[in-house]
Amino acid sequence: MRAWRRSLSAVAAGLVLALLAPLSAAPAQIALPPVARVTDLTGTLTVQQQGAISQTLAAFETRKGSQIAVVIVPTTEPEDIDAFGIRLADAWKLGRKGIDDGAILIVALNDHRMRFEIGQGLEGAVPDLAASRIIDEYLRPQFRAGDFYGGINAAVDRLIRLVDGEPLPAPQARQSQRSAGGLQHILPVLLILGLVGGPILRQLFGRPIGAIATGGIAGFIAWLLVGVVGIAALAGVAGFVLTLIGGLGGGRFIGGSGMGGFGGGGFGGGGFGGGGGFSGGGGGFSGGGASGSW
Amino acid sequence: MRSMLRTLMLLSGLALSALLSGCGYNAIQNLDEQTKSGWSEVLNQYQRRADLIPNLVSTVKGYAAQEQAVLIGVTEARAKATQVKVDAGDAESLKKFQQTQGELSGALSRLLVVTENYPQLKSDQNFRELQVQLEGTENRITVARNRYIKTVQDYNIQIRDFPGNLTAMMFGYKVKPNFSVENEAAISKAPTVDFNSAPAPKPSN
Repeated sequence: MRAWRRSLSAVAAGLVLALLAPLSAAPAQIALPPVARVTDLTGTLTVQQQGAISQTLAAFETRKGSQIAVVIVPTTEPEDIDAFGIRLADAWKLGRKGIDDGAILIVALNDHRMRFEIGQGLEGAVPDLAASRIIDEYLRPQFRAGDFYGGINAAVDRLIRLVDGEPLPAPQARQSQRSAGGLQHILPVLLILGLVGGPILRQLFGRPIGAIATGGIAGFIAWLLVGVVGIAALAGVAGFVLTLIGGLGGGRFIGGSGMGGFGGGGFGGGGFGGGGGFSGGGGGFSGGGASGSW
Repeated sequence: MRSMLRTLMLLSGLALSALLSGCGYNAIQNLDEQTKSGWSEVLNQYQRRADLIPNLVSTVKGYAAQEQAVLIGVTEARAKATQVKVDAGDAESLKKFQQTQGELSGALSRLLVVTENYPQLKSDQNFRELQVQLEGTENRITVARNRYIKTVQDYNIQIRDFPGNLTAMMFGYKVKPNFSVENEAAISKAPTVDFNSAPAPKPSN
């Protein structure tokens, strides 16, 4: 009895350890600021200066599609600025998905360190050497003179000119890309459900109830997978119709009508894009860029 | 009797759909592919570093030919590291790879320490550019390694957890070895390159 209890407590201790391990293993890190074009946690730039830089960056995104951000933090300790930079870049995902044309200029004021984090798609336009040159020629001299706004502004202009030299795909609305991705996920599931589940449920409950059940399940699964009510409802209706008319004209007819139904429905459901404001487009970073100090 | 049959059919239908989505087969495929591309990225970045070294060595030689020992050390470590034929699925091979790359990192950082004594070398444009590239490559290696470690973790968890373990057993997927942490500090610590000759940062206003 006692041995049993001891082993139980050992297991419990093990569980506690297992729960704590990831916590203690993760080094303490400063919290990441929310996504914004210009973040200044040090009060170095005036509101007008932040607005000016932000406008330049916003105009550039509209024109070229690339997302650039400027982040000023007091310190990145205990991480070095490289580690902080990639953590920030991974979290923010600036740049368009698949094009990876994001860039972040990070300034750690009290550490006297700065870094360019350059997205994978821009490593050709802005190789490490070019980023390092911007630091050497614009940021360091101006920062030493105490002119942070001037340095950042000049560096951003230079960066924009470099990216402008790169032929990137034209900017476009982000909505259509995402809804297409969502649809891809649910299509096979719906097809299987319509072809396999529908007939089974119809057998079980008869045509009308089976159809309603299939529609409901299809809608629910679509909602789980995509999380958008519009698409879920559409999927539900598709499942319902599929099951209702399925079996009238033989198995082959089901597949045909199912696909036809999908092609016809416009999947322009709202809810994507997250409304207004600025958010990363899913761009990838792999550690490109350069760091420097002043 | 009939209702029992119905329930049975309903249950088997549910089980079928659970099997289709829940056996983790797709997730295993996905993660396996991710580990492969992650590993290529790791190799790619290590190769990039190896490609930079001959240039670096010859530039340093131009100014500091008397530092024979350090220069030879880097060249030999590079030769050793690039000779290793590594198989990411084999723990021994991965360990060997990690060790030789770690030795190369050590030799490189000794070289960069030595260069501190040659002001002319430090102001050489070519040398500075090589330093920037080396620094960028070291950072990319760190990022690629960390991502690979994470992906392998995810993959291993997927094929060890239930029900992924059954699927993995059925299709012969094995746990992959990961980079060990024993000399992690020595490897992931990039040789620090400081451009700033003024040691103490001045107050900035």
